Amino acid sequence: MNPITLNTDTPIKIAILAMGGQGGGVLADWIVEMAEAAGWWAQTTSVPGVAQRTGATIYYLELLPEAAAHAAGRAPVLAMMPTPGDVDLVVAAELMEAGRAMQRGLVTPQRTTLITSTHRSYAVGEKAALGNGIADPNKVIDAGRDAAKRLMCFDLQAMAEDAGSVISASLFGAIAGAGALPFGREAFEHTIRHGGKGVEASLRAFALGFDAAANAPASPAAMSTARTLPALPERAASPEAQALVDRVRRDFPPAAHDMLGVGLARLIDYQDVDYAAQYLDTCAALHILDRQHGGETADWALTRAAAQRVAVAMSYDDVIRVADLKTRGSRFARVREEVGALDGQLVYTTEYMHPRLEEICGTLPTALGRWLDASKTVGGFLKRRVEKGRRVQTGTLRWFLALYLVAGLRRFRRQLLRHQIETAQQDAWLDRAKRLAASGDYALAVEVLHCRRIVKGYSGTHDRGDKRFASLMQAADQLAGQADGANTLARLREAAMADEAGRALDAQLGELIRLRPTTADVPQTPKTRMTADA
Amino acid sequence: MAERSFKKEVQQLRIPAGEEFRGEGILAITKALLQSGVGYVGGYQGSPISHLMDVLADANEILEELGVHFETSASEATAAAMLAASVMYPIRGAVTWKSTVGTNVASDALANLASGGVTGGALVIIGEDYGEGSSIMQERSHAFAMKSQMWLLDPRPNLESIVQSVEDGFELSEASNTPVMLQVRIRSCHVHGRFITKENKRPAFTLAEAMAHPVRDTGRIVLPPASFGHEHEKIEHRWPAAVRFIRERKLNEFFDGDITDVGLILQGGLYNGVIRSLQLLGLADAFGNSRIPMYVMNVTYPVIDDEVVQFCEGKRAVLLLEEGQPDYIEQNLHAILRKAVVATHLSGKDVLPMAGEYTTAAMRNGIEAFLKAQAPMLLVTHPAVDADEMARKGKAATVPLNFHPRIKDLANVVPARPAGFCVGCPERPIFAAMKLVEQDLGAHHVSCDIGCHLFSILPPFNLGATTMGYGLGAASSSAFNVKSGKRAISVMGDGGFWHNGLTSGIANAVFNKHDGVIIIVDNFYSSATGGQDIPSSRADNPRRATQNPIEHAIRGAGVKWLRVIDRTYDVARMRDTLEEALTTPEGGPKVIIAQSECMLNKQRRVKPQIAKAVKAGTRVVKERFGVDPDVCTGDHACIRLSGCPSLSVKDSGDPLKDDPVAHVDSNCVGCGNCGEVAEAAVLCPSFYRADIIHNPTGLDRFMARIRQTVIRFLQTRRATRLARHAL
Repeated sequence: MNPITLNTDTPIKIAILAMGGQGGGVLADWIVEMAEAAGWWAQTTSVPGVAQRTGATIYYLELLPEAAAHAAGRAPVLAMMPTPGDVDLVVAAELMEAGRAMQRGLVTPQRTTLITSTHRSYAVGEKAALGNGIADPNKVIDAGRDAAKRLMCFDLQAMAEDAGSVISASLFGAIAGAGALPFGREAFEHTIRHGGKGVEASLRAFALGFDAAANAPASPAAMSTARTLPALPERAASPEAQALVDRVRRDFPPAAHDMLGVGLARLIDYQDVDYAAQYLDTCAALHILDRQHGGETADWALTRAAAQRVAVAMSYDDVIRVADLKTRGSRFARVREEVGALDGQLVYTTEYMHPRLEEICGTLPTALGRWLDASKTVGGFLKRRVEKGRRVQTGTLRWFLALYLVAGLRRFRRQLLRHQIETAQQDAWLDRAKRLAASGDYALAVEVLHCRRIVKGYSGTHDRGDKRFASLMQAADQLAGQADGANTLARLREAAMADEAGRALDAQLGELIRLRPTTADVPQTPKTRMTADA
Repeated sequence: MAERSFKKEVQQLRIPAGEEFRGEGILAITKALLQSGVGYVGGYQGSPISHLMDVLADANEILEELGVHFETSASEATAAAMLAASVMYPIRGAVTWKSTVGTNVASDALANLASGGVTGGALVIIGEDYGEGSSIMQERSHAFAMKSQMWLLDPRPNLESIVQSVEDGFELSEASNTPVMLQVRIRSCHVHGRFITKENKRPAFTLAEAMAHPVRDTGRIVLPPASFGHEHEKIEHRWPAAVRFIRERKLNEFFDGDITDVGLILQGGLYNGVIRSLQLLGLADAFGNSRIPMYVMNVTYPVIDDEVVQFCEGKRAVLLLEEGQPDYIEQNLHAILRKAVVATHLSGKDVLPMAGEYTTAAMRNGIEAFLKAQAPMLLVTHPAVDADEMARKGKAATVPLNFHPRIKDLANVVPARPAGFCVGCPERPIFAAMKLVEQDLGAHHVSCDIGCHLFSILPPFNLGATTMGYGLGAASSSAFNVKSGKRAISVMGDGGFWHNGLTSGIANAVFNKHDGVIIIVDNFYSSATGGQDIPSSRADNPRRATQNPIEHAIRGAGVKWLRVIDRTYDVARMRDTLEEALTTPEGGPKVIIAQSECMLNKQRRVKPQIAKAVKAGTRVVKERFGVDPDVCTGDHACIRLSGCPSLSVKDSGDPLKDDPVAHVDSNCVGCGNCGEVAEAAVLCPSFYRADIIHNPTGLDRFMARIRQTVIRFLQTRRATRLARHAL
């Protein structure tokens, strides 16, 4: 038979990666409607299924001019799914979905325009970490620079929210602004208008997306993930506070100034100027050791660690602190803003409190608190009466006054049981750090200070942190004098935050104890143990 | 009320003959049913044909106008049994479900139906839930067609072919007295395309006529001796009749190419992907013109021997593209060619994957491998292949970039994102409570079921050991009915309960004195499939009898220990009830019905009402949750017990706090779960509920004024004192 002549027209291929509920389907439908109105043949497919509930999903479109179909004399045969290496436009409604598109090979340097929103919707694994589990966004952007012909990334979610709309509208705008499809701005906007729902807000979001893409740089900049410290202020509100600021400037190296400033501010806010001065004393004692043991060459790691960790330790979260934070005027304003309350609307908050006997004892004078804690009859009685969930309506007078009074107890804080417990624990911790620093275990001392990071939370969470912290401190003592002690302790600290049940930490501690007596003669094989429970 | 409304789209079902229809696959199938003069339709929802059921429900008015009866069947077995109406009467009937799971459930009725045979056309539209987006075990419906000898259609995935297949299916069924299965893949159900319509037809023979003039013929009933006769009838009459019809009506398609010594045989559903694969190899274009001839099997069972032989004769080699396993068609083709003594080489799963979805990339690679072996000249002349060769030698990177180290590295960054519980889902607190019970009483064996509640097996809950099928949660615990320190827990949804769980789970547990705990999640809908109504739905549905409490059914089945929790968000009560069920000395099944409305449906229901009330000036209190970032310490225990999508994390904004703090985003619907969990688990006081009073009354404003006067005075006093020494 005669050779078949193959037609050279090929469709435009578009993949949209979104999470269920993000409106990926709306965006796909818009593109289809626009293309059909402009005389194109359009096909879209998707795999909704259960992915409609928050899971990652993909919409795929192909567009071909109808004129080409007429010329060919038959309807086009369009693919039902994207083929790696054969996609012209990839739109991702969240940054990690852009990463997923690249993993699937949908983005190619020769032809693919990749438009992604930079906002993050964290996955459960990222959110549930005991510490910071958030993935590095720049890994995706770096890969995108390599993988895409053109990479565009903006926070299209924020644009949509600013416009009072949803992300499908700002994504549609970015597609238009990028000039990634052969349709004019009017065609896009007409499609939105034709939809007839929330048109004005959608058009605003569209315009924001359009402008961002139209003015996008050739290659997007990296996202800033650095945390900024406020600079140590020049002037404080009172001479007493100013004296502390001056003392920081005079007695401490500049590398530690900002963190010390933050610490001072926290402790004045938490207690009073004297308490802040006490904080500086503590830091100063460690700074002396820092100077004696080569801190200058270590960028004053010991002093900086002390500045941060001592401030947090001293401002432990007790009942008084919580009551104080909950009753502040600034907090009332923040809540109104966060829930988006308008003028004329009233906002009342309800707090979910669950006081335990420990907290009550902690808020009593030391002797009384200890007695109550030990008393089976009175303590037990109180435990049964008091320990239950309480819904505290902070906006009503009764509850506000109650919390306000509790917050007012701060002037007695130093005499209360909790303070004695906290102080004793801090002393032991700091003594250990000092001892290690003095004996030349500088890096290990710094690590010991940072270990305090795992003591956080309330009630059971706090108890768990306390227990693991105690294990770490024991381990630190064992590690004293060992060459790799600081790194080992850092690894243990990571393990302590690896899982809730503490399996990773137990495994590593077990390893440490097993290896200790015979480190010299037994071949070391613990390499993979630390990830066993990850 | 289903999740997605097709009220607007179904108007397309009315468009007159000869006009162009544009829309989604499921809508086109509905139109095709009407064009075929279908008399009744039934089915059970489930992806990918959930929306087909929703379309039918929304099109009820149009169906009634045409005299078509539509039923939401209680299960796929019910739907399949419904086809009994076509056994004795010349009425066309169609049913639909998710396959293979639905076909599993239906297979008893299907086997009986196929044995006795049909008079009116009987069409089973199966949504083949296979490959990406699937939520079930990866199997083929093909086996059911083979075992019961029903014909299986797998049309090319464009609306015109699918619509034609529906019409052909009915005729084939009538011509061969055999039920026909029409298979549509996930993407075909949702593909947007076009076709030219025909007139809708009223059924030629109605159900009412049948009921007025009943007919019976014992020869059609599956009972000896007729049942033995059926088998012979299948082979001697129905099969040949089907083959004749398929050949005469050219249901399978031959596409010519200019290369004559090789060819492709493929399932119709793979056609578009095969064309794209050939296009990528430079052997076809975007309009289906292919240089390699193709034999497209729009009917994948039975295989038409003569057509296969005719296509293969004179060719050196052919490649069969058959998705899924076992490779039934490939085995069949080998037998056909051998028996016909045709020497053509047959390739198939030797160059294509035995298991898994046939993506374009997989088929492209398979075809390439086949051509390399059989007709290498076709490949080497093409620039795409040259480019490929270059890439292999490291000169150009035209192949996908996912081997690039940076992109490989993304595996450490890009999180898996499986589907999970929605914002405010009432099932989340049930599993949070279960986690808390686990802390108190240790881990228990948990048998899961099909439904949204199955998301409990994922992080952060990590609960559940097995899932044995829809409604079989309780049944799958039945072996654990021996003396032990711990009882087994089973979970079942309301959808599964009505599907079969009442008998397979509850009645079975009562009868066998099962000493275990069964939780029934009653969220008022069949939620996982798109929020369709079920017997216990609370909504007033004018076409269905709803509001039949599960509790009544369970008591009727003989359950003595029963607790109904009418607000699942009460985590403490949920936990206590569960602990009681696990520890009570009472024997027999301990059943807990946990009720709260599916939040997705609730929001859709109440949001417009609330907006309307606010607009009308009525006092409305909206609730939202929040976290005080200065109180939160960033341990995220709350997230590990909740997993709500709106409960996320953000930078603390506090240089002293390294870890991000919990944060409730604006999608919060105020269900209260996070606060309840924080309280029940004694976590922390960071959560607050904000009640936002819209359109406050005079009394509200008066009280607020008094409160604010005092509160602001005290706040200002303290703030001033704090500011005195501030940095």
